[in-house]
Amino acid sequence: MRALEVGERALLLEFERGEEARAFHAELLRRRAAGALPRIREIVPAERTVLLDGVTDPARLAARVAGWAAPPLDAREGPLVEVPVRYDGPDLDEVAALWGVAPAEVGRVHAAIEYRVGFCGFAPGFGYLTGLPERFAVPRRAAPRTAVPAGSVALAGPYTGVYPRASPGGWQLIGTTRAVLWDPAREPAALLSPGLRVRFTEEGV
Amino acid sequence: MTDRAFVVVRAGALTTVQDRGRSGHAHMGVPRSGALDPDAAALANRLVGNGVEAAVLETTLAGCAVRPRCAVTVAVGGAPCRVSVDGRPVAWGAAVRVEAGAVLEVGGAERGVRSYVAFAGGVAAGPVLGSRSTDLLSGLGPAPLADGMVLPLGAAPPPGTARYEVAPWRGVPEEVVLRVRLGPRDDWFTAGALRTFGTGAYRVSSASNRVGLRLEGPPLERARAGELPSEGMVLGAVQVPPDGRPVVFLADHPTTGGYPVVGVVREADLAVAAQAAPGTRVRFVRVG
Repeated sequence: MRALEVGERALLLEFERGEEARAFHAELLRRRAAGALPRIREIVPAERTVLLDGVTDPARLAARVAGWAAPPLDAREGPLVEVPVRYDGPDLDEVAALWGVAPAEVGRVHAAIEYRVGFCGFAPGFGYLTGLPERFAVPRRAAPRTAVPAGSVALAGPYTGVYPRASPGGWQLIGTTRAVLWDPAREPAALLSPGLRVRFTEEGV
Repeated sequence: MTDRAFVVVRAGALTTVQDRGRSGHAHMGVPRSGALDPDAAALANRLVGNGVEAAVLETTLAGCAVRPRCAVTVAVGGAPCRVSVDGRPVAWGAAVRVEAGAVLEVGGAERGVRSYVAFAGGVAAGPVLGSRSTDLLSGLGPAPLADGMVLPLGAAPPPGTARYEVAPWRGVPEEVVLRVRLGPRDDWFTAGALRTFGTGAYRVSSASNRVGLRLEGPPLERARAGELPSEGMVLGAVQVPPDGRPVVFLADHPTTGGYPVVGVVREADLAVAAQAAPGTRVRFVRVG
Protein backbone atom coordinates (compact mmCIF):
# COMPACT_ATOMS: atom_id res chain seq x y z
CA MET A 1 0.00 0.00 0.00
CA ARG A 2 1.14 3.53 -0.80
CA ALA A 3 -0.31 6.55 1.02
CA LEU A 4 -0.37 9.77 -1.01
CA GLU A 5 -1.30 13.10 0.55
CA VAL A 6 -4.00 14.93 -1.40
CA GLY A 7 -3.98 18.63 -0.54
CA GLU A 8 -4.06 19.44 3.15
CA ARG A 9 -7.06 17.42 4.20
CA ALA A 10 -7.02 14.09 2.39
CA LEU A 11 -5.09 10.89 1.95
CA LEU A 12 -5.21 8.53 -1.01
CA LEU A 13 -4.37 4.90 -0.22
CA GLU A 14 -3.21 3.12 -3.35
CA PHE A 15 -3.02 -0.65 -3.78
CA GLU A 16 -1.53 -3.01 -6.35
CA ARG A 17 -4.81 -4.79 -6.94
CA GLY A 18 -8.47 -3.92 -6.65
CA GLU A 19 -9.14 -6.79 -4.23
CA GLU A 20 -6.62 -5.29 -1.78
CA ALA A 21 -8.34 -1.91 -1.97
CA ARG A 22 -11.72 -3.54 -1.29
CA ALA A 23 -10.32 -5.54 1.64
CA PHE A 24 -8.74 -2.41 3.11
CA HIS A 25 -11.98 -0.49 2.62
CA ALA A 26 -13.82 -3.21 4.59
CA GLU A 27 -11.16 -2.96 7.30
CA LEU A 28 -11.63 0.82 7.49
CA LEU A 29 -15.41 0.39 7.84
CA ARG A 30 -14.86 -2.19 10.61
CA ARG A 31 -12.55 0.18 12.46
CA ARG A 32 -14.93 3.08 12.01
CA ALA A 33 -17.86 1.00 13.32
CA ALA A 34 -15.72 0.08 16.34
CA GLY A 35 -14.96 3.76 16.96
CA ALA A 36 -11.28 3.14 16.24
CA LEU A 37 -10.85 5.67 13.42
CA PRO A 38 -10.20 9.39 13.81
CA ARG A 39 -12.82 11.70 12.28
CA ILE A 40 -12.86 11.24 8.50
CA ARG A 41 -15.60 12.98 6.52
CA GLU A 42 -15.57 10.74 3.46
CA ILE A 43 -14.23 7.26 2.76
CA VAL A 44 -14.36 6.82 -1.01
CA PRO A 45 -13.22 3.52 -2.51
CA ALA A 46 -12.41 3.37 -6.24
CA GLU A 47 -10.75 0.89 -8.62
CA ARG A 48 -7.45 0.48 -6.77
CA THR A 49 -7.58 3.23 -4.16
CA VAL A 50 -9.41 4.37 -1.07
CA LEU A 51 -9.66 8.14 -0.54
CA LEU A 52 -9.90 9.44 3.01
CA ASP A 53 -11.18 13.03 2.81
CA GLY A 54 -11.79 15.55 5.56
CA VAL A 55 -8.88 14.39 7.70
CA THR A 56 -7.30 16.64 10.34
CA ASP A 57 -3.72 15.41 9.92
CA PRO A 58 -3.15 13.34 6.77
CA ALA A 59 0.56 12.69 7.46
CA ARG A 60 -0.21 11.34 10.90
CA LEU A 61 -3.04 9.18 9.61
CA ALA A 62 -0.74 7.85 6.86
CA ALA A 63 1.71 6.69 9.49
CA ARG A 64 -1.08 5.02 11.44
CA VAL A 65 -2.77 3.16 8.58
CA ALA A 66 0.59 1.88 7.28
CA GLY A 67 0.62 -0.62 10.13
CA TRP A 68 -2.90 -1.91 9.56
CA ALA A 69 -3.40 -5.34 8.04
CA ALA A 70 -6.58 -6.06 6.10
CA PRO A 71 -7.51 -9.73 5.81
CA PRO A 72 -8.53 -10.74 2.27
CA LEU A 73 -12.28 -10.51 1.81
CA ASP A 74 -14.14 -13.75 2.19
CA ALA A 75 -16.44 -14.09 -0.83
CA ARG A 76 -19.36 -14.78 1.51
CA GLU A 77 -18.63 -11.89 3.83
CA GLY A 78 -21.01 -8.94 4.12
CA PRO A 79 -24.68 -8.35 3.41
CA LEU A 80 -26.14 -9.66 0.14
CA VAL A 81 -28.60 -7.78 -2.07
CA GLU A 82 -30.67 -9.57 -4.69
CA VAL A 83 -31.63 -7.71 -7.84
CA PRO A 84 -34.32 -9.28 -10.05
CA VAL A 85 -33.56 -8.78 -13.76
CA ARG A 86 -35.32 -9.38 -17.04
CA TYR A 87 -32.59 -10.07 -19.55
CA ASP A 88 -34.15 -8.17 -22.43
CA GLY A 89 -31.54 -5.48 -23.17
CA PRO A 90 -30.93 -4.09 -26.68
CA ASP A 91 -27.27 -5.17 -26.63
CA LEU A 92 -27.95 -8.79 -25.71
CA ASP A 93 -27.01 -10.10 -29.17
CA GLU A 94 -23.80 -8.09 -29.29
CA VAL A 95 -22.73 -9.23 -25.81
CA ALA A 96 -23.63 -12.84 -26.69
CA ALA A 97 -21.38 -12.60 -29.75
CA LEU A 98 -18.52 -11.15 -27.69
CA TRP A 99 -18.92 -13.89 -25.12
CA GLY A 100 -19.37 -16.62 -27.73
CA VAL A 101 -22.68 -17.81 -26.32
CA ALA A 102 -26.30 -17.80 -27.46
CA PRO A 103 -28.27 -14.62 -26.54
CA ALA A 104 -30.46 -16.64 -24.19
CA GLU A 105 -27.33 -17.71 -22.30
CA VAL A 106 -26.17 -14.17 -21.41
CA GLY A 107 -28.62 -13.85 -18.51
CA ARG A 108 -27.73 -17.27 -17.19
CA VAL A 109 -24.02 -16.43 -17.16
CA HIS A 110 -24.59 -12.96 -15.66
CA ALA A 111 -26.92 -14.22 -12.93
CA ALA A 112 -24.66 -17.13 -11.96
CA ILE A 113 -21.88 -14.79 -10.79
CA GLU A 114 -21.78 -13.22 -7.37
CA TYR A 115 -20.65 -9.61 -7.47
CA ARG A 116 -19.38 -7.08 -4.98
CA VAL A 117 -19.89 -3.33 -5.22
CA GLY A 118 -16.35 -2.01 -5.71
CA PHE A 119 -17.18 1.67 -5.77
CA CYS A 120 -19.78 4.22 -6.85
CA GLY A 121 -19.59 7.21 -9.17
CA PHE A 122 -20.98 8.60 -12.42
CA ALA A 123 -24.39 9.19 -10.75
CA PRO A 124 -25.67 8.83 -7.18
CA GLY A 125 -26.25 5.15 -6.53
CA PHE A 126 -24.40 3.91 -9.63
CA GLY A 127 -22.24 1.06 -8.39
CA TYR A 128 -19.32 -0.48 -10.27
CA LEU A 129 -19.80 -4.18 -9.53
CA THR A 130 -16.74 -6.41 -9.59
CA GLY A 131 -16.64 -10.16 -9.98
CA LEU A 132 -17.11 -10.65 -13.71
CA PRO A 133 -14.36 -13.01 -14.92
CA GLU A 134 -11.89 -11.40 -17.31
CA ARG A 135 -13.12 -13.40 -20.32
CA PHE A 136 -16.52 -11.69 -20.01
CA ALA A 137 -15.15 -8.14 -20.12
CA VAL A 138 -16.75 -6.15 -22.96
CA PRO A 139 -15.83 -2.78 -24.48
CA ARG A 140 -18.05 0.26 -24.07
CA ARG A 141 -20.27 1.01 -27.05
CA ALA A 142 -18.48 2.97 -29.78
CA ALA A 143 -21.12 5.71 -29.57
CA PRO A 144 -22.81 6.27 -26.21
CA ARG A 145 -26.60 6.37 -26.12
CA THR A 146 -28.07 9.77 -25.37
CA ALA A 147 -30.73 8.18 -23.15
CA VAL A 148 -30.45 4.98 -21.16
CA PRO A 149 -33.60 4.15 -19.17
CA ALA A 150 -33.47 3.88 -15.36
CA GLY A 151 -33.06 0.29 -14.20
CA SER A 152 -30.97 -0.77 -17.21
CA VAL A 153 -28.55 -3.55 -16.29
CA ALA A 154 -25.32 -3.00 -18.16
CA LEU A 155 -21.76 -4.17 -18.78
CA ALA A 156 -18.51 -2.32 -19.53
CA GLY A 157 -14.92 -3.42 -19.12
CA PRO A 158 -14.62 -5.67 -16.08
CA TYR A 159 -17.74 -4.16 -14.47
CA THR A 160 -21.47 -4.63 -14.40
CA GLY A 161 -23.89 -2.05 -13.03
CA VAL A 162 -27.43 -0.70 -13.06
CA TYR A 163 -28.39 2.82 -14.13
CA PRO A 164 -30.16 4.42 -11.14
CA ARG A 165 -31.96 6.96 -13.33
CA ALA A 166 -32.35 7.80 -16.98
CA SER A 167 -29.11 9.30 -18.30
CA PRO A 168 -26.76 9.17 -21.28
CA GLY A 169 -24.50 6.14 -21.18
CA GLY A 170 -22.08 4.01 -23.15
CA TRP A 171 -22.40 0.67 -21.39
CA GLN A 172 -23.80 -2.44 -23.12
CA LEU A 173 -27.39 -2.99 -21.99
CA ILE A 174 -28.39 -6.56 -21.24
CA GLY A 175 -31.49 -6.25 -19.08
CA THR A 176 -33.81 -4.25 -16.87
CA THR A 177 -34.75 -4.31 -13.21
CA ARG A 178 -37.66 -2.82 -11.30
CA ALA A 179 -35.48 -2.48 -8.20
CA VAL A 180 -35.13 1.12 -6.98
CA LEU A 181 -31.40 1.81 -7.07
CA TRP A 182 -31.54 5.29 -5.63
CA ASP A 183 -34.04 6.89 -3.25
CA PRO A 184 -32.82 9.87 -1.20
CA ALA A 185 -35.73 9.32 1.22
CA ARG A 186 -34.47 5.83 2.01
CA GLU A 187 -31.66 4.96 4.43
CA PRO A 188 -29.25 4.22 2.87
CA ALA A 189 -30.30 6.07 -0.27
CA ALA A 190 -28.25 3.78 -2.54
CA LEU A 191 -29.39 0.16 -2.88
CA LEU A 192 -25.85 -0.77 -3.93
CA SER A 193 -23.16 0.85 -1.83
CA PRO A 194 -19.47 -0.12 -1.72
CA GLY A 195 -18.71 -3.47 -0.12
CA LEU A 196 -22.15 -5.06 -0.59
CA ARG A 197 -22.46 -8.46 -2.28
CA VAL A 198 -24.90 -8.55 -5.18
CA ARG A 199 -26.69 -11.37 -6.94
CA PHE A 200 -28.89 -10.88 -10.01
CA THR A 201 -31.85 -13.23 -10.23
CA GLU A 202 -33.34 -14.01 -13.62
CA GLU A 203 -37.00 -13.02 -13.81
CA GLY A 204 -39.37 -14.84 -16.13
CA VAL A 205 -40.87 -12.83 -18.97
CA MET B 1 -51.19 36.29 0.43
CA THR B 2 -49.18 36.43 3.62
CA ASP B 3 -47.72 32.92 3.70
CA ARG B 4 -43.98 32.50 4.24
CA ALA B 5 -42.86 31.98 0.66
CA PHE B 6 -41.63 33.90 -2.34
CA VAL B 7 -42.41 33.80 -6.03
CA VAL B 8 -39.65 33.80 -8.62
CA VAL B 9 -40.25 36.77 -10.93
CA ARG B 10 -37.00 36.49 -12.93
CA ALA B 11 -34.88 33.37 -12.46
CA GLY B 12 -31.79 34.87 -14.12
CA ALA B 13 -29.12 32.85 -15.94
CA LEU B 14 -28.78 30.22 -13.22
CA THR B 15 -30.07 30.71 -9.71
CA THR B 16 -29.96 27.82 -7.28
CA VAL B 17 -30.72 27.15 -3.63
CA GLN B 18 -27.53 26.49 -1.65
CA ASP B 19 -26.50 25.84 1.89
CA ARG B 20 -23.30 24.30 3.18
CA GLY B 21 -23.82 21.14 1.13
CA ARG B 22 -24.00 17.44 1.92
CA SER B 23 -21.09 15.53 3.30
CA GLY B 24 -20.67 11.87 4.11
CA HIS B 25 -22.25 10.57 0.89
CA ALA B 26 -19.33 10.71 -1.56
CA HIS B 27 -18.98 6.92 -1.48
CA MET B 28 -22.47 6.70 -3.01
CA GLY B 29 -21.46 9.09 -5.78
CA VAL B 30 -23.05 12.18 -4.22
CA PRO B 31 -21.10 15.45 -4.64
CA ARG B 32 -20.82 17.76 -1.65
CA SER B 33 -22.43 20.72 -3.45
CA GLY B 34 -23.16 23.87 -1.39
CA ALA B 35 -22.54 27.58 -1.96
CA LEU B 36 -19.47 28.14 -4.15
CA ASP B 37 -18.58 31.25 -2.13
CA PRO B 38 -19.46 29.98 1.35
CA ASP B 39 -17.98 33.04 3.04
CA ALA B 40 -20.31 35.36 1.15
CA ALA B 41 -23.31 33.11 1.81
CA ALA B 42 -22.47 33.04 5.53
CA LEU B 43 -22.14 36.83 5.71
CA ALA B 44 -25.49 37.35 3.97
CA ASN B 45 -27.07 34.93 6.44
CA ARG B 46 -25.59 36.73 9.43
CA LEU B 47 -26.91 40.07 8.19
CA VAL B 48 -30.49 38.77 8.40
CA GLY B 49 -29.98 36.95 11.71
CA ASN B 50 -29.78 33.42 10.29
CA GLY B 51 -27.31 30.75 11.26
CA VAL B 52 -24.63 30.19 8.63
CA GLU B 53 -26.24 26.88 7.64
CA ALA B 54 -29.47 28.49 6.37
CA ALA B 55 -30.19 28.05 2.66
CA VAL B 56 -29.73 31.08 0.39
CA LEU B 57 -30.09 31.80 -3.31
CA GLU B 58 -26.92 31.72 -5.41
CA THR B 59 -27.18 33.72 -8.64
CA THR B 60 -24.86 33.48 -11.65
CA LEU B 61 -23.80 36.71 -13.41
CA ALA B 62 -27.34 37.84 -14.25
CA GLY B 63 -28.95 38.17 -10.80
CA CYS B 64 -32.64 37.38 -10.25
CA ALA B 65 -35.89 38.90 -8.98
CA VAL B 66 -38.31 37.54 -6.39
CA ARG B 67 -41.60 38.66 -4.84
CA PRO B 68 -41.99 37.59 -1.19
CA ARG B 69 -45.58 36.87 -0.11
CA CYS B 70 -44.77 38.06 3.40
CA ALA B 71 -42.75 40.93 4.81
CA VAL B 72 -39.21 39.63 5.15
CA THR B 73 -35.71 40.90 5.86
CA VAL B 74 -33.24 40.08 3.10
CA ALA B 75 -29.57 40.72 2.42
CA VAL B 76 -27.73 40.47 -0.89
CA GLY B 77 -24.00 39.76 -0.74
CA GLY B 78 -21.29 38.07 -2.78
CA ALA B 79 -20.75 39.60 -6.21
CA PRO B 80 -21.59 43.34 -5.97
CA CYS B 81 -24.74 44.31 -7.89
CA ARG B 82 -27.57 46.83 -7.91
CA VAL B 83 -30.35 45.89 -5.53
CA SER B 84 -33.81 47.44 -5.62
CA VAL B 85 -37.24 46.95 -4.07
CA ASP B 86 -40.15 47.87 -6.34
CA GLY B 87 -37.67 49.82 -8.47
CA ARG B 88 -36.29 51.85 -5.56
CA PRO B 89 -32.53 51.32 -4.97
CA VAL B 90 -31.64 49.73 -1.63
CA ALA B 91 -28.36 48.71 -0.02
CA TRP B 92 -26.21 45.85 -1.22
CA GLY B 93 -24.43 43.99 1.58
CA ALA B 94 -26.88 45.07 4.28
CA ALA B 95 -30.20 43.94 5.75
CA VAL B 96 -33.18 45.31 3.81
CA ARG B 97 -36.88 45.03 4.66
CA VAL B 98 -39.09 43.85 1.79
CA GLU B 99 -42.86 44.20 2.24
CA ALA B 100 -45.28 41.46 1.20
CA GLY B 101 -45.86 41.63 -2.55
CA ALA B 102 -42.92 43.94 -3.30
CA VAL B 103 -40.37 42.85 -5.91
CA LEU B 104 -36.76 42.43 -4.83
CA GLU B 105 -34.55 42.89 -7.87
CA VAL B 106 -30.99 41.58 -7.69
CA GLY B 107 -29.08 43.06 -10.62
CA GLY B 108 -26.36 41.44 -12.70
CA ALA B 109 -22.93 41.03 -11.11
CA GLU B 110 -20.86 44.18 -11.61
CA ARG B 111 -17.78 42.32 -10.47
CA GLY B 112 -17.45 38.64 -9.69
CA VAL B 113 -19.97 35.99 -10.70
CA ARG B 114 -22.20 34.87 -7.84
CA SER B 115 -24.42 36.98 -5.60
CA TYR B 116 -26.13 35.51 -2.55
CA VAL B 117 -29.63 36.37 -1.39
CA ALA B 118 -30.34 35.52 2.24
CA PHE B 119 -33.91 35.69 3.62
CA ALA B 120 -34.57 35.84 7.37
CA GLY B 121 -35.59 32.26 8.15
CA GLY B 122 -33.79 30.83 5.13
CA VAL B 123 -35.12 29.18 1.97
CA ALA B 124 -37.04 26.17 3.32
CA ALA B 125 -36.98 23.87 0.27
CA GLY B 126 -37.13 20.21 1.29
CA PRO B 127 -33.73 18.86 2.32
CA VAL B 128 -32.21 15.87 0.50
CA LEU B 129 -29.62 13.87 2.44
CA GLY B 130 -29.42 16.63 5.01
CA SER B 131 -28.96 19.54 2.62
CA ARG B 132 -31.12 21.97 0.65
CA SER B 133 -28.41 22.51 -1.95
CA THR B 134 -29.09 22.13 -5.64
CA ASP B 135 -26.53 19.70 -7.03
CA LEU B 136 -26.37 20.28 -10.77
CA LEU B 137 -24.13 17.28 -11.50
CA SER B 138 -26.47 14.66 -10.09
CA GLY B 139 -29.75 16.55 -10.01
CA LEU B 140 -30.30 16.38 -6.26
CA GLY B 141 -32.05 19.06 -4.23
CA PRO B 142 -34.40 21.76 -5.50
CA ALA B 143 -34.46 22.38 -9.25
CA PRO B 144 -32.72 25.59 -10.41
CA LEU B 145 -35.09 28.54 -10.13
CA ALA B 146 -37.58 29.05 -12.94
CA ASP B 147 -39.94 31.98 -13.48
CA GLY B 148 -43.16 31.52 -11.53
CA MET B 149 -41.72 28.97 -9.10
CA VAL B 150 -42.76 29.37 -5.46
CA LEU B 151 -40.25 28.55 -2.71
CA PRO B 152 -41.05 28.38 1.01
CA LEU B 153 -39.29 30.42 3.69
CA GLY B 154 -38.44 29.20 7.19
CA ALA B 155 -39.66 30.83 10.39
CA ALA B 156 -37.97 34.22 10.85
CA PRO B 157 -35.37 34.39 13.60
CA PRO B 158 -36.33 36.58 16.57
CA PRO B 159 -35.63 40.31 16.05
CA GLY B 160 -32.19 41.43 17.14
CA THR B 161 -30.45 38.17 16.13
CA ALA B 162 -28.47 39.83 13.35
CA ARG B 163 -24.95 40.33 14.59
CA TYR B 164 -23.70 42.63 11.87
CA GLU B 165 -25.07 45.65 10.10
CA VAL B 166 -22.67 45.64 7.19
CA ALA B 167 -20.60 42.79 5.82
CA PRO B 168 -16.96 43.08 4.83
CA TRP B 169 -16.68 42.01 1.19
CA ARG B 170 -13.48 40.48 0.01
CA GLY B 171 -13.68 41.93 -3.48
CA VAL B 172 -12.64 40.31 -6.73
CA PRO B 173 -8.96 40.60 -7.64
CA GLU B 174 -7.76 41.42 -11.18
CA GLU B 175 -5.73 38.24 -11.09
CA VAL B 176 -6.72 35.19 -9.03
CA VAL B 177 -3.82 33.48 -7.28
CA LEU B 178 -4.54 29.93 -6.22
CA ARG B 179 -2.24 28.29 -3.69
CA VAL B 180 -1.79 24.69 -4.71
CA ARG B 181 -0.09 21.68 -3.21
CA LEU B 182 1.25 19.26 -5.80
CA GLY B 183 -0.01 15.69 -5.96
CA PRO B 184 -1.25 13.08 -5.79
CA ARG B 185 -0.47 12.54 -9.53
CA ASP B 186 2.13 15.22 -10.29
CA ASP B 187 4.42 12.34 -11.35
CA TRP B 188 2.14 11.87 -14.39
CA PHE B 189 3.47 15.15 -15.79
CA THR B 190 6.80 16.19 -17.26
CA ALA B 191 9.14 18.50 -15.33
CA GLY B 192 8.40 21.11 -18.01
CA ALA B 193 4.67 20.75 -17.43
CA LEU B 194 5.10 21.31 -13.68
CA ARG B 195 7.13 24.46 -14.43
CA THR B 196 4.43 25.65 -16.80
CA PHE B 197 1.79 24.93 -14.17
CA GLY B 198 3.61 27.13 -11.66
CA THR B 199 4.41 29.98 -14.03
CA GLY B 200 1.84 29.88 -16.80
CA ALA B 201 -0.81 32.57 -17.24
CA TYR B 202 -4.22 30.94 -17.34
CA ARG B 203 -7.60 32.46 -17.98
CA VAL B 204 -11.02 31.37 -16.76
CA SER B 205 -12.94 29.75 -19.60
CA SER B 206 -16.60 30.52 -20.22
CA ALA B 207 -17.20 26.76 -19.98
CA SER B 208 -16.71 27.01 -16.20
CA ASN B 209 -19.62 26.03 -13.98
CA ARG B 210 -20.41 24.74 -10.50
CA VAL B 211 -18.58 21.50 -11.32
CA GLY B 212 -15.30 23.14 -12.13
CA LEU B 213 -13.33 26.23 -13.05
CA ARG B 214 -12.07 25.44 -16.55
CA LEU B 215 -8.91 27.18 -17.61
CA GLU B 216 -7.45 28.26 -20.92
CA GLY B 217 -3.69 28.52 -21.23
CA PRO B 218 -0.58 26.45 -21.82
CA PRO B 219 -1.41 22.73 -21.80
CA LEU B 220 0.32 20.43 -19.32
CA GLU B 221 2.20 17.64 -21.00
CA ARG B 222 2.00 14.16 -19.56
CA ALA B 223 5.13 12.17 -18.72
CA ARG B 224 3.32 8.89 -19.18
CA ALA B 225 0.68 7.45 -21.44
CA GLY B 226 -2.13 5.15 -20.46
CA GLU B 227 -5.13 5.55 -18.26
CA LEU B 228 -5.32 6.20 -14.56
CA PRO B 229 -7.75 3.87 -12.80
CA SER B 230 -10.69 5.93 -11.51
CA GLU B 231 -10.00 7.33 -8.03
CA GLY B 232 -11.68 9.51 -5.40
CA MET B 233 -11.66 13.27 -6.05
CA VAL B 234 -11.51 16.11 -3.53
CA LEU B 235 -12.77 19.70 -3.62
CA GLY B 236 -10.08 21.90 -5.18
CA ALA B 237 -8.45 19.05 -7.12
CA VAL B 238 -6.79 20.30 -10.31
CA GLN B 239 -7.67 17.59 -12.78
CA VAL B 240 -5.95 17.52 -16.14
CA PRO B 241 -7.90 15.93 -19.00
CA PRO B 242 -6.09 14.71 -22.15
CA ASP B 243 -6.15 18.21 -23.72
CA GLY B 244 -3.81 19.33 -20.92
CA ARG B 245 -5.99 22.24 -19.74
CA PRO B 246 -6.44 22.21 -15.96
CA VAL B 247 -9.89 22.08 -14.35
CA VAL B 248 -10.23 23.14 -10.70
CA PHE B 249 -12.98 21.09 -9.07
CA LEU B 250 -15.67 23.15 -7.33
CA ALA B 251 -18.56 22.03 -5.10
CA ASP B 252 -20.52 19.96 -7.65
CA HIS B 253 -17.46 17.95 -8.75
CA PRO B 254 -17.78 14.21 -9.42
CA THR B 255 -16.76 12.06 -6.47
CA THR B 256 -14.50 9.82 -8.56
CA GLY B 257 -12.59 10.50 -11.75
CA GLY B 258 -10.05 8.98 -14.07
CA TYR B 259 -7.88 11.93 -15.08
CA PRO B 260 -4.71 12.63 -13.08
CA VAL B 261 -4.79 15.36 -10.43
CA VAL B 262 -1.65 17.47 -10.62
CA GLY B 263 -2.35 19.35 -7.39
CA VAL B 264 -4.99 20.52 -4.94
CA VAL B 265 -5.97 24.16 -4.41
CA ARG B 266 -6.36 25.33 -0.81
CA GLU B 267 -9.99 25.35 0.19
CA ALA B 268 -9.64 28.94 1.45
CA ASP B 269 -8.87 30.08 -2.14
CA LEU B 270 -11.86 28.43 -3.80
CA ALA B 271 -14.35 31.15 -2.90
CA VAL B 272 -12.22 33.62 -4.86
CA ALA B 273 -11.95 31.10 -7.71
CA ALA B 274 -15.74 30.82 -7.78
CA GLN B 275 -16.04 34.59 -8.21
CA ALA B 276 -13.61 34.69 -11.15
CA ALA B 277 -15.55 35.64 -14.26
CA PRO B 278 -14.64 34.21 -17.67
CA GLY B 279 -11.46 35.88 -18.92
CA THR B 280 -10.03 36.50 -15.42
CA ARG B 281 -6.31 35.72 -15.15
CA VAL B 282 -5.40 32.81 -12.89
CA ARG B 283 -2.01 31.79 -11.56
CA PHE B 284 -1.09 28.79 -9.47
CA VAL B 285 1.41 29.24 -6.65
CA ARG B 286 2.96 26.13 -5.24
CA VAL B 287 2.85 25.75 -1.46
CA GLY B 288 4.30 22.97 0.70
